[in-house]
Amino acid sequence: MAQVILFNVTNGLIIGAFYVLMALGLSLILNLSNVINFAHGNFLALGGYLAYALSPTLGYWGALVVSPLLVGFIGLVVERLMIRRIYNRDPVYSLLLTFGLAFVMQDIARYIWGPNGLPLGLPAVLAQPISNNLFFITWYRIFMVAVVIVSVAGLFAFLRYTRIGLRIRAGTLDLETVATLGINVRHLRTFNFAVGCFLAGLSGVLAAGQIGLNPNMGDDLLMPSFIAIIVGGVGSLIGTLFGGLLIGMAAALTTVFYPSASEAVIYGMLMAVLLLRPRGLIGEEGMMS
Amino acid sequence: MSTAIIAAPERRAANRHPLMLIAIWAALLTVPLWLPFLGGYTALAGRVLVFGLAAMGLNLLLGFTGVLSFGHAAYFGLGAYGAGLTLRYVVHSTPVAMLAGTLLGGLAGTLFGLLIVHRRGVYFAMCTIAFGQLWYYLAYSWNSFTGGFDGLRDFHREPIGFGLFTLDITQGGNTFYYFLLAIFAVAAAVMGLVLRSPFGRTLIAIRENERRARFLGIPVEQHIWLSFSISCFFTALAGTLYALLNNFADPMALHYSLSGYFVVMTVIGGMRTFWGPLLGAAVFVMLQDYISSMTVNWMSFIGVIFILVVLFFPRGLLGTRQRSAS
Repeated sequence: MAQVILFNVTNGLIIGAFYVLMALGLSLILNLSNVINFAHGNFLALGGYLAYALSPTLGYWGALVVSPLLVGFIGLVVERLMIRRIYNRDPVYSLLLTFGLAFVMQDIARYIWGPNGLPLGLPAVLAQPISNNLFFITWYRIFMVAVVIVSVAGLFAFLRYTRIGLRIRAGTLDLETVATLGINVRHLRTFNFAVGCFLAGLSGVLAAGQIGLNPNMGDDLLMPSFIAIIVGGVGSLIGTLFGGLLIGMAAALTTVFYPSASEAVIYGMLMAVLLLRPRGLIGEEGMMS
Repeated sequence: MSTAIIAAPERRAANRHPLMLIAIWAALLTVPLWLPFLGGYTALAGRVLVFGLAAMGLNLLLGFTGVLSFGHAAYFGLGAYGAGLTLRYVVHSTPVAMLAGTLLGGLAGTLFGLLIVHRRGVYFAMCTIAFGQLWYYLAYSWNSFTGGFDGLRDFHREPIGFGLFTLDITQGGNTFYYFLLAIFAVAAAVMGLVLRSPFGRTLIAIRENERRARFLGIPVEQHIWLSFSISCFFTALAGTLYALLNNFADPMALHYSLSGYFVVMTVIGGMRTFWGPLLGAAVFVMLQDYISSMTVNWMSFIGVIFILVVLFFPRGLLGTRQRSAS
């Protein structure tokens, strides 16, 4: 029993880590650009597939670095070509646009790489379990969590200590004032969108090593990421971080006792938060309205 | 902003233009005569009516109150499942099934609306999406009751007795189409009355300038909640008709991609017009039927339609027509 619980706790940590990376990217874009990026799961899948395509030439480690950067660049292009045209319009248009984009990206992935699952090969070091007793914990799982911790810490440090990070945080609170102070908000939003896509791409590479690749691999992560954002509190990246971990853990622990309810628990938490604490666990008052 | 306010009465006048009304109803009433010549079939027209009604229900909220729900498939699907489950487990009666489904979807929307009326814009939308998926997962995983991924089968629409005569809608074809059309007509009339009432005019005031409406003493949250609730009832009614049309209810009727279809239908037709969503539904259903018969990559085409509509055609068919008229 102890092993079962430990297994599911590590599982929860890993699933939560994916939710966190994905939801942080979504949250960045939502906070600064007021756009819900429906295609975020497809940027994630793209990251995984690019790693699959690149790893024969660059090796796993090369692909791990290059693929998210490429996804970030593609995000930048997409933002410049399409997303930025609808910033000043009714939010219905941004939803429809990213929704259509998600369809197109999923179909493109299916067209290029086929509808069936593909594996992403891992270096031998990572594929081994850490010990005989803990055979269910491979080094890869430890590695994934470590990468997520490093990149989340990096993101927060970036937002905290760099000039661009400061501007992004300021823009989240009051974009108009930031623009009045002479900061190019258009570039800021483009860059911010690219960072969000980079995070999605990174979680895609990591997820591909764990669950393999398929064209709609991002879809299952998208909805929990929305919920992580709402539960944690819209407008707060720390909230998103906790929200992601919390629902990942809650879902994994429910799996121990009542497997079919693991999805239901996530939605239960959503309802509880909306009912009891509408601004989210760490959200700021008024951000949601 | 000021042009929008001035344009509102003109828009309404255009919606009530008698020639347009006559054209719409003449076209709908004569569908079985002309649709086969265009390569369509009557079930396709039924689908247009059902999706059109769902999108018109959504438009009450989206176009006339200015509040964005991206989760209306939930109420549509609840309507469908409510009707299907009633027919399968409770009683073999079409009217009772329709009532049960409409109540299920409408009440779920009414209760959920209470939780989210204080949200605005994308945050409102995000809550509606997430809540909508709850029902998708429920239908998907409660295998024994809902049929799970394969959908709910083993029910079919029943003949309706009116005392003196019995309306046999069990066959597809024209009888069932006219049955759908009759329900659609009643629903559209009720919706038109709601929008023309002082309540409906208040919704438009909220859409145009929420702050001003609030200063006038209008209880904005209460109006948005009611609008959300009414809109969910209409969409749920459409959902029950969907279950009757197919003798089948599947989890995809609850999925957020269907919510997206409803929104795009509304936008294609014209968000702030009464008949726009019906027109949008006709365009969308025909395109989808045609594209999915031509290519397996239909998702790209649907996605490209979404993108093109947003970038180049945001006012929709009826929206542009009215702008050029005024």
